[in-house]
Amino acid sequence: MSGLLLALPVALPLLAAGTILALPGPRWLRRVVAVGAHVAVAAVGAVLLARTLGGDVVSLSVGAWPGGVSIVLAADALSALLVLVTGGLVAVCLPFAAATGDDRHRMFLPLVLTLTTGVYGAYLTADLFNLFVFIEVMLAPSYALVILGGGRERVAAGRIYLTVSLLASTAFLVGVGLVYGLTGTVNLGALAGAAAQSPAVAVAAGVVLVAMAVKAGVVPLHTWLPRVYPHTTPAVTALFSGLLTKVGVYVILRVYAVVYAGDATYRWLLVGLAAATMLVGAVGSLGERTFRAILVFGMVSHIGYMIVGPALFTDLALAAAVFYFVHHVLVKAGLLMCAGAVELTYGTGELHRLGGLVSRAPLLALVFMVGGMSLSGLPPLSGFVAKLTVIRAAVVDQQWLLAVVAALAGLFTVAAMVKIWNNVFWGHDGVGGWDDLGAPVVAAARVRPALLAPAVVLVACSVVFGLGAYPLLTAAQAAAAGLVEPAAYISAVMSP
Amino acid sequence: MTAAIAAGVLVAAGVYLLLQRGLIRVILGFVLLGHAANVVIVAAGGMRLRDAPLLSGAGTDRMADPLPQAFVLTAIVITFGLTVYLLAIARAGGDDDPPEESSDEEDPR
Repeated sequence: MSGLLLALPVALPLLAAGTILALPGPRWLRRVVAVGAHVAVAAVGAVLLARTLGGDVVSLSVGAWPGGVSIVLAADALSALLVLVTGGLVAVCLPFAAATGDDRHRMFLPLVLTLTTGVYGAYLTADLFNLFVFIEVMLAPSYALVILGGGRERVAAGRIYLTVSLLASTAFLVGVGLVYGLTGTVNLGALAGAAAQSPAVAVAAGVVLVAMAVKAGVVPLHTWLPRVYPHTTPAVTALFSGLLTKVGVYVILRVYAVVYAGDATYRWLLVGLAAATMLVGAVGSLGERTFRAILVFGMVSHIGYMIVGPALFTDLALAAAVFYFVHHVLVKAGLLMCAGAVELTYGTGELHRLGGLVSRAPLLALVFMVGGMSLSGLPPLSGFVAKLTVIRAAVVDQQWLLAVVAALAGLFTVAAMVKIWNNVFWGHDGVGGWDDLGAPVVAAARVRPALLAPAVVLVACSVVFGLGAYPLLTAAQAAAAGLVEPAAYISAVMSP
Repeated sequence: MTAAIAAGVLVAAGVYLLLQRGLIRVILGFVLLGHAANVVIVAAGGMRLRDAPLLSGAGTDRMADPLPQAFVLTAIVITFGLTVYLLAIARAGGDDDPPEESSDEEDPR
């Protein structure tokens, strides 16, 4: 019974997508079906998390083939937590898409539902080739969503996105082929520790990891990210930031924990990549000139903090990475929604054209300030707990350079947030903006509450997880324990 | 060895085409790279084993590994779908080359 629960996160969104396509009823009904599917998936995630928090692993052998042959869906605390968070995020993002008008396109909701099917599948599968298929299920609708709004710039960004993603997918496929050639299996349970024993398998699985590093936006493979995301529609950016890059991080966590068994041989490489990613992302975000582009380039930096987990591969570091993962999914999406609300209400996201919104849209300014402080890592918000645990993990492991870089990157993130605050919200007596000739324009428009409400919910989550970090930290520690000691996961996958 | 050479030539040609400016050539590059990936996977199943799997009744010492064949079939379908979509984008973009303002010197300010 508990095994069948595992099929629901994959089946529900797909069924909802088909239902919405087949029954073109009133728009509100389609929205309810789409949001309802994700609320249901989040509930399934919560049930799974409750079952797996003690270290148990739930698994389902699809088609009832014997263990080792079958394609297995498995959920440990990490997978369950991510399904829960993703379901919640999408359920909040869809009302935002309704407010921005993105979901007016008939295909928007079915595409998002198919995309999330792939995301949930990737979080739950325990088979490398099945993972490839789910990632393709996730990517194919994303190619359409990127260019959905139309326009020359968006299509140009879509071309970059498509070509980079296709290249990464091809590399992933070759990596899976090489792993199969060397070991004769693509089952994660059967592959356990294979890369730690054989350098050849390590190289083959390394091809898979490089492909995922492209998807996650790890420096030096991040350059596509700031060129694509700022050109998509605001709701799509918020969705993608919480789903696509995060699947890349999840696969890196899982494959490194299971296939490499956290092999310390490659630690120097991962530590170097994590440090470079943190620093380059934070410094790069300072150079951008629009609200959304600053936030998007900043995403790269935060991916670096999550890579610290597999790099150090201690209980503490992995728990920090998982906590950071959840914190970043919520807060970054909230901030991107703020940026989207500004762009839609005031017609531009360019910093030099905006100003004084603190008196025009005080609630928006408050939400951005709280979210920005959380992203920068100021107490008492979730970002503080996240950054503190990452730095503490580095210090406990005596990785001083990593700790210094993490603190420094946090400082640059503060600077980037201050840059946005000074240009968009502060000063100018609430002018609201300037036209092309430099004459002040008094913006009469007010931010609609429907645009703001989803961001309020997400940023409120950050406050809750900052003041009451203990439950989330407990879940993160359970997830980390499952990564450090994957024996339960492996046995559940091998004999479902 | 044949498979290694075939994959190598396909990757070399694919990468050469990827580095071209026109989107159509890039798409053809992806087609070649996809073929290279498929050759790698088929080779992963063992090139010596040539008899039809399962149905022929051949022993496991001569029977081809059916799993990589299933992998390749899935991969071909995915690559084909995405190639068609890429071609549609190339068509929608009008000119084959992206306009100057959206290339590297994107930000004139």
